[in-house]
Amino acid sequence: MTVPCSTDVCALGALVPERGAAALVDGAQVALFRLADDTVLAVQNKDPFSGANVLSRGIVGSAGDAPTLTSPMHKQVWDLRTGSCLDDAGKAPHADGPDLRTWRVTVAGSRVLVASR
Amino acid sequence: MRTSPPPPLGRVVVVGAGMVAHRLVAGLIERAPADGWSVTVLGDEPWVPYDRVHLSELLTAGRDACDLALDPAVWDDPRATVRTADPVDHLDREAQTVTTRSGAVVPYDHLVLATGSWAWTPRTAGTDLPGVFRYRTLADLEDLRTWVSSRSTALGRPLRGAVVGGGVLGLEAAAALQALGTSATVVEFADHLMSVQLDEAGGEALRVLVADLGIEVRTTTGCTGLAAAGDGAVARMALSGGDEIDADVVVFSTGIRPRDRLARESGLAIGERGGVVVGATCRTSDPAVWAVGECASYEGECVGLVAPGNAMADVVVDRLLGGPRLYVPAPEGTKLKGVGIEAAAFGDVLALTPGALEVTFSDPVARTYRKLVVSDDARTLLGGVFVGDASLYSQLRPMLGRPLGADPSAFLASEGAAPGVDLPDDVVVCSCTNVTAGSVREAVTEHGCTTVGAVKACTKAGTVCGSCVPVLTKLVNAQLEASGIEVSRAMCEHFAMPRAELYALVREGELRTFSAIVAAHGTGRGCAICKPVVASILSSLHAGHVLSRDHAGLQDTNDHVMANLQKDGTYSVIPRVPGGEITPERLVVLGQVAADFGLYTRITGAQRIGMFGARIDQLPAIWQRLIDAGFESGQAYGKSLRAVKSCVGSAWCRFGVRDSVGMGITLENRYRGLRTPHKFKVGVSGCARECAEARGKDVGVIATAGGWNVYVGGNGGANPRHADLLAEDLSDDELVAVTDRFLAYYVRHGDRLQRTAPFVADHPGGIEELHAILVDDSRGIAAELEAEIAAHVAGYRDEWADALDDPDKLTRFAAYVNAPTTADPDLAYTPQRGQVRPALPGEVSHPDPRIARTLEVTP
Ligand code: SRM
Ligand SMILES: Cc1cc2nc3c(=O)[nH]c(=O)nc-3n(C[C@H](O)[C@H](O)[C@H](O)COP(=O)(O)OP(=O)(O)OC[C@H]3O[C@@H](n4cnc5c(N)ncnc54)[C@H](O)[C@@H]3O)c2cc1C
Ligand code: SF4
Ligand code: FES
Repeated sequence: MTVPCSTDVCALGALVPERGAAALVDGAQVALFRLADDTVLAVQNKDPFSGANVLSRGIVGSAGDAPTLTSPMHKQVWDLRTGSCLDDAGKAPHADGPDLRTWRVTVAGSRVLVASR
Repeated sequence: MRTSPPPPLGRVVVVGAGMVAHRLVAGLIERAPADGWSVTVLGDEPWVPYDRVHLSELLTAGRDACDLALDPAVWDDPRATVRTADPVDHLDREAQTVTTRSGAVVPYDHLVLATGSWAWTPRTAGTDLPGVFRYRTLADLEDLRTWVSSRSTALGRPLRGAVVGGGVLGLEAAAALQALGTSATVVEFADHLMSVQLDEAGGEALRVLVADLGIEVRTTTGCTGLAAAGDGAVARMALSGGDEIDADVVVFSTGIRPRDRLARESGLAIGERGGVVVGATCRTSDPAVWAVGECASYEGECVGLVAPGNAMADVVVDRLLGGPRLYVPAPEGTKLKGVGIEAAAFGDVLALTPGALEVTFSDPVARTYRKLVVSDDARTLLGGVFVGDASLYSQLRPMLGRPLGADPSAFLASEGAAPGVDLPDDVVVCSCTNVTAGSVREAVTEHGCTTVGAVKACTKAGTVCGSCVPVLTKLVNAQLEASGIEVSRAMCEHFAMPRAELYALVREGELRTFSAIVAAHGTGRGCAICKPVVASILSSLHAGHVLSRDHAGLQDTNDHVMANLQKDGTYSVIPRVPGGEITPERLVVLGQVAADFGLYTRITGAQRIGMFGARIDQLPAIWQRLIDAGFESGQAYGKSLRAVKSCVGSAWCRFGVRDSVGMGITLENRYRGLRTPHKFKVGVSGCARECAEARGKDVGVIATAGGWNVYVGGNGGANPRHADLLAEDLSDDELVAVTDRFLAYYVRHGDRLQRTAPFVADHPGGIEELHAILVDDSRGIAAELEAEIAAHVAGYRDEWADALDDPDKLTRFAAYVNAPTTADPDLAYTPQRGQVRPALPGEVSHPDPRIARTLEVTP
């Protein structure tokens, strides 16, 4: 099945619940996260604080109602739904930030589709 | 504020090319205008200024004159000149010139005397014999080293050494003699060591520690003469009591005197006890002449330390540029270094202030002696003495003359747990960011911060190196309490209890997954604080492999891919090298793997080999080759056993009394993979010389004639601490049993990310109570604790071997879920010293490190 302007990235089963995975979508590096309820969210893979492409390897959790991501590099925290930075750990971002770009994700059947734009 | 333009600088001439002269030149280059001046430094030693403070490293750390040189780049500046090996012979203040021994006449507009001190030796018979040395200059130490090696070759045996003078320098010299393979006896005229700085009890505590290093100490003893052997070299030393000792090499460390001859002969004012008299501007009695460093006498005193000299140099630079700076002596303390023993003191050590009180705490088991001197109302800190453990020294010295804010005994009673909460508002608690105690308190009272995290975000304190976080936490909690806000013991928003309590709950409830634990005892879906803690608890309770799918989401990336994340998103690979012992064949494998994958290699700080820069998708292939060669995971990433460092021990070392490598390997193989509240490290030394630095480890084992001594709670890192003696003279089996118990006990009771050092320091009842529980089994839990470790040992399997056998686990090493072997296109490397490092923007680089290594970089 295809959805316009979306890239079929992988099977839902390829994503481990509450753990991230990186994907290449139209040349962009995207970090995908499958939550406990099987929602999938996507943010940029580049950590705006360190400049390294590592956000897919961070820890998934929650802050109040918000699903969160913590950078594996220096522990900044973001809201996975909006990409907004919740805790900058006292640091200033290097690259543009501190908020993350997000992508719309559709889970269609067993496939994970990421909107290209 | 400057009101008139600065006077023209002109020709500055500095006599003496020492440490303070260097500071002065560096200051001028940094601050003076681009032109219109020059600085010429005239020295009598053959070297450009070098780091005299670390001179002993010439003998103990294999450093050479080039390593010790103070930043030589200043001499590249066209305005700065240094001339060496030509002493200044006399000054002509009238003509404003100095003349050197070689006859050079150098005119000046400003003259700075920075001639330092000379090492004084008593007029005793035989001080001019070959084999007798002073301990002041690079030449002194090079001569000493040459002598020790040629003389021991001539005599065909190790030398017997003697040091006259038991002050800080004498002890440093004795330790250096030992490092050269020479025995050392220290002869001290006073009745205790470091007699200028320590009180008698402190000196005695120090003597015990020094004697432990194998250095013989004779106090209340003078050297009355030296006698030569048949070939004319020194051989014997006569002592004041009538005794004689063998001495093939003798070092005098009997004090220093300011070098003020030039000033004296040219009629400048000289202090009563020597030294060129200066005021707070560092000018001498001649306005065109300044004096700085050890040769300058301010308020009747010359100080033999580098910091006040540097402060004087800064004053002169400022004044030469028309500034207003004045020299204000800071309260100095003294800390022993280079000996491997902690001893430090500051202020009114002997409690000579009228009414002064002394609070003393001496612990014969831990071999520490600590004393605070306070005013008659016990409020104001007047001085302190610390022997065996000087961790309080840096915290308390800045408080000299200020209110202590807490009962003095509270500081001394328990190690590491000093109150520290009543720091005055103006004391800097975070030196990285220069944040004061007052700003931290304000964050709570004015800005509404209610957690340490919030205070960090608000003030930036604790956000750089993190070493101040313990003090910061105490400060914040105290302020919260004072403001009537309940201090949360919660780990994070998801769990309201600290780690040890959660551990007990999980253990009792036999919970096996994060979801079950958070449902029973917490809220939400966890975070980067509590998830790794739960993973560690589950692993300690043998609830499945750290890497099992159930626990995968709980791990930090390091544990998740069993490697340490680097700044560019690649990882390091550090295989286990038990006890530091490795065969040539395995070394070749490491070299070949690193070359094939283009990894940067180095010997780590823990006696193993680290390979850096592996991409996540390369990790399985790298590890497959390592495992085929017999390596296993080094857990450099885990909160678990890192390395067991050992020395070569009795197998090869002429002093070793037991097989430290063998024991190191036994312990490493026993505890590898064990998950603990924080990482832990072990050291095993083959004798009391302690080459494995075991007492700086969480568990330190030292061989003695009677068995093994085991120490616990040591730490390197930001807040070093020596481990405390837990048990003595153990057999191999007893050692393993006691270590099992200690580690299992730590797993049960340690807090999140609490190393054993604070764990032991803060343990109720201290090391005595730990001894009762773990050695005497006062609580009857020893068997249970041992059984927990036995279960770990039985269940151990190498994590990497395990992962490579499991296709499901291997999927986590995919670079991209839709392009598993595509390299991260942003990675790029630049050459450095024959290897590579991540390239910075704009640098010559290549994505393949094997090619990047060979690139040419034009400077
Ligand atoms: C690789 C290594 C430096 C090196 O190239 O030599 C190293 C590297 C790191 N150390 Fe270390 N430490 C290394 C030996 C040490 C030592 C020396 C030793 O083990 O004898 C110490 C002092 C001894 C001690 O721990 O008591 C040491 C004290 C620390 C500390 C301070 C711990 C403390 O209690 O104060 C940290 C910070 C922490 O853990 O919170 C730290 C943290 C780190 C981290 C994890 C920092 C980070 O988060 O990235 C570094 C991991 C990088 C990596 O890729 O491995 N490292 N670190 C050394 C690895 C040794 C090994 O073979 O496993
Ligand atoms: C082994 C050792 C360990 C030490 N450890 C510490 C420590 O831990 N902490 C600390 O604070 N201090 C320590 N010190 C002391 C510290 O090194 C000195 O305080 C510091 O070097 C003083 O600097 P200075 O420039 O005044 O004198 P110096 O560094 O001694 O420099 C003076 C220079 O002037 C030269 N000179 C003298 N007369 C003439 C002349 N007529 N013509 C030309 N040149 C001349 C001298 O040869 C010398 O090179 C230690 C010293 C030693 C020897
Ligand atoms: S290796 Fe250790 S000391 Fe060196 S930079 Fe990293 S954390 Fe700091
Ligand atoms: S001292 Fe506070 S972060 Fe380094």
